[in-house]
Amino acid sequence: MLVIRRDLVDAMVAHARRDHPDEACGVIAGPYGSDRPERFIEMENAERSPTFYRFDAAEQLKVWREMDANDEVPVVIYHSHTATEAYPSRTDISFAGEPEAHYVLVSTRDPIEHELRSYRIVDGVVTEEPVKITES
Amino acid sequence: MAVTVSIPTILRTHTGGEKSVSASGTTLAEVIDDLENNHGGLKARLVKEGSLHRFVNVYVNDEDVRFSGGLAAEVKDGDNVTILPAVAGG
Repeated sequence: MLVIRRDLVDAMVAHARRDHPDEACGVIAGPYGSDRPERFIEMENAERSPTFYRFDAAEQLKVWREMDANDEVPVVIYHSHTATEAYPSRTDISFAGEPEAHYVLVSTRDPIEHELRSYRIVDGVVTEEPVKITES
Repeated sequence: MAVTVSIPTILRTHTGGEKSVSASGTTLAEVIDDLENNHGGLKARLVKEGSLHRFVNVYVNDEDVRFSGGLAAEVKDGDNVTILPAVAGG
């Protein structure tokens, strides 16, 4: 289960809406071992595409170094789907390289109602998990 | 030529859980071959058909090797090689 604060959910949805129709992506870091997302980090989608995303490699190195220095891990890795449901695509599954992360997908295909779902992706196997939103 | 290689979580099964290991070589390709000798299975996770796998980012010090020759990128004594899984998808 992913337990996450409402303001962090709102921040992911706002980022996804802002970059629509391109895919938006980012990370929410949290203390090592806590499984709690705390620090919201929007990433550049180096692909600037409505069907693909990729973290900019230089920005990724910088952010991963910061997390290392802070004893943080990428608790959540999120991206948006702008024309399809919030379910991992075949490319999402083949690229998924952080077995301990919660992969959050936000769909902005509906202009009013977003869809937000969370998954574990380990060795090509996708497992959906419940999302519990907390107020603080 | 000894370098330090940072290993991401997903590949630490090949290094007995070690976060960073040392290796030697004068190019990234040689470093990866040396890694493979000591940590079998790593090379196949990094190299496909003679070039770096598109699923991984490799940096020598802070430079993405895609812009410095890929597997032919030169490494010097004391360099840090960082491997990160690319974060990407569709």
